[in-house]
Amino acid sequence: MNNPLLKVDNLHQHFKISRNFTVKAVNGVSFEIFPGETYGLVGESGSGKTTIGRSIIRLYDPTSGEIIFNRSKISGTLNNKTRRMLRKNMQMIFQDPMSSLNPRKKIGDIIGEGLDIHEIYSDVTERNAIIAEMLQKVGLSPAHAERYPHQFSGGQRQRAGIARALVMKPKLIIADECISALDVSIQAQVVNLMKDIQAETQCAYLFIAHDLSMVKYISDRIGVLHLGYLVETGTTEEIFSDPIHPYTKSLLSAVPCPNPRVEKFRRPVVYDSSNVNYSAATVQKISDTHFVLL
Amino acid sequence: MNEKIILSVENLDITFRTNAGLVHAIRGVDFELPAGKTLALVGESGSGKSVTMKAVAGLLDDNATVNSGKIFYNGLDLLTLSKRDLRKKINGQQIAMVFQDPMTSLDPTMTIGAQITEGMLLHQKISATDAKDKAVELLKLVGLNEPEKRVKNYPHQLSGGQRQRVVIAIALSCEPKILICDEPTTALDVTIQARILDLIQDLQKKMGLSVIYITHDLGVVAKVADFVNVMYAGKIIEAGTVDEIFYDPRHPYTWGLLLAMPDLDTTEDRLYSIPGSPPNLLHEPIGDAFAARNRFAMKIDEREQPPMFKISETHSAATWLLHPDAPKIELPRELRLRLERARKAANL
Repeated sequence: MNNPLLKVDNLHQHFKISRNFTVKAVNGVSFEIFPGETYGLVGESGSGKTTIGRSIIRLYDPTSGEIIFNRSKISGTLNNKTRRMLRKNMQMIFQDPMSSLNPRKKIGDIIGEGLDIHEIYSDVTERNAIIAEMLQKVGLSPAHAERYPHQFSGGQRQRAGIARALVMKPKLIIADECISALDVSIQAQVVNLMKDIQAETQCAYLFIAHDLSMVKYISDRIGVLHLGYLVETGTTEEIFSDPIHPYTKSLLSAVPCPNPRVEKFRRPVVYDSSNVNYSAATVQKISDTHFVLL
Repeated sequence: MNEKIILSVENLDITFRTNAGLVHAIRGVDFELPAGKTLALVGESGSGKSVTMKAVAGLLDDNATVNSGKIFYNGLDLLTLSKRDLRKKINGQQIAMVFQDPMTSLDPTMTIGAQITEGMLLHQKISATDAKDKAVELLKLVGLNEPEKRVKNYPHQLSGGQRQRVVIAIALSCEPKILICDEPTTALDVTIQARILDLIQDLQKKMGLSVIYITHDLGVVAKVADFVNVMYAGKIIEAGTVDEIFYDPRHPYTWGLLLAMPDLDTTEDRLYSIPGSPPNLLHEPIGDAFAARNRFAMKIDEREQPPMFKISETHSAATWLLHPDAPKIELPRELRLRLERARKAANL
């Protein structure tokens, strides 16, 4: 395989709450994302999946561990040049399209903000042309640039959020629960849009979600997180047809299946996490792509 | 049906006054809830499912006008009662509600115990100590560990799943007959969701509750519901038993909803999505409100609203496709395969 676009090695992210209390949100997570692929990160709330996304894009300062992106080290202290490279090539789509768009800015200016900062255009006509093209790409119309976020529906706002991420032509997009606030039928539209964009621009996604059925549709490989540890990682096929870790099995069994007669008699697998100690566990290799923490 | 009907809604029609004008949110809704059964109201945001249930619970906002309709609870028309009577006799004691977001539906400045006993002290002749004992008992019933300690906790000391259990305990505190759950698990993740749904089902059996779920998640519906009503643009467009809706859906909108739901068994790498978005009810739709998003739409859909066509005693759908003169259409391939698979998995 070619070089990974993003390599996360033994990432730790701790938050000091008080003198004698530290939240250990992420404990030694390692994974790689290759150009043009989608890596799904799943786990229950509190498992650290959002924290990982935010540490990678450097909204947090990682406690320890190394992150290599686009052949540069982006963990530790950043110099100006690396920071600009990181901000330009990695973008984020946030969970809540209501609160992630500035209500006082027009959609066009929200999308154009990155262009302004990185001075990517030569004149205003070019800037507006880029924004109009972006709006069209995500299924909005160029006239929407003059509107404010509150004038859009939830699905349209999430499209605007995607346009904002895409306008910088990033190599990696971190999508943090970007569909869980949307209705089922709109979720499908947004996921299809993300797939189309990937086919066209060859960008990679880190797709963070707790809904396994959607993750299955979009991801090439999946990592399962629990209590800040990556308990299992493998190709989508491997995770869904041959889950090894008991936590993965319980997560898979909790997905409700839209078939009443089957669903009513199905008992989910219960996973008791009260006395597991992942720090003593070691990573076992199942296949070249499939690893389990046991 | 020979079961006792505990709640029936007839021809409910509600408009909201907004700055932009009148929004016709509910355009004639009828349904019945047999005692002890579970009914699911399914639809996208803005389809009117929450408004319908708020009308039933007497919680409509001040800018809402009920133009017509009746809501019978045990033979009593709730819409003729004054707000005061409704509060005194119905809310909480007969019909209780579990809200979507356990983060915002609890008072952050009150202990869990005080919030559970509040309703009991208001509605029942019960001493404060008895109420407190009952609060502990309720917390035990909803599966919270160390209930004696928990009653002194504040909401922020609990996790999302625990908070939703507290909300359920509050709803059950006055022993209601009907429990309305408005997206009770949307804010929770899948493992917690499964446990909360099991809990509600369990309580339903123990206490003989009738439950109404408002949800857009068809997986949840499949798990809990006996009857399903699919809503679109302020109307019920398909109603039936859960088997009829999942194995033999007739309305193109229901087809779309089923197809948009990712299915762990499909190999298709593209999801079906219903094109477009729901109509804006500021402008009264002419004809079938779904016509613009319906690839099976016919000329009549643009002119006239389809009535409910009866398919069986329990199953009906509002689409002109069921009219005897309508042309026979072929189901989309992916839907046909999926229905076949679902029937096979269910041994039908």
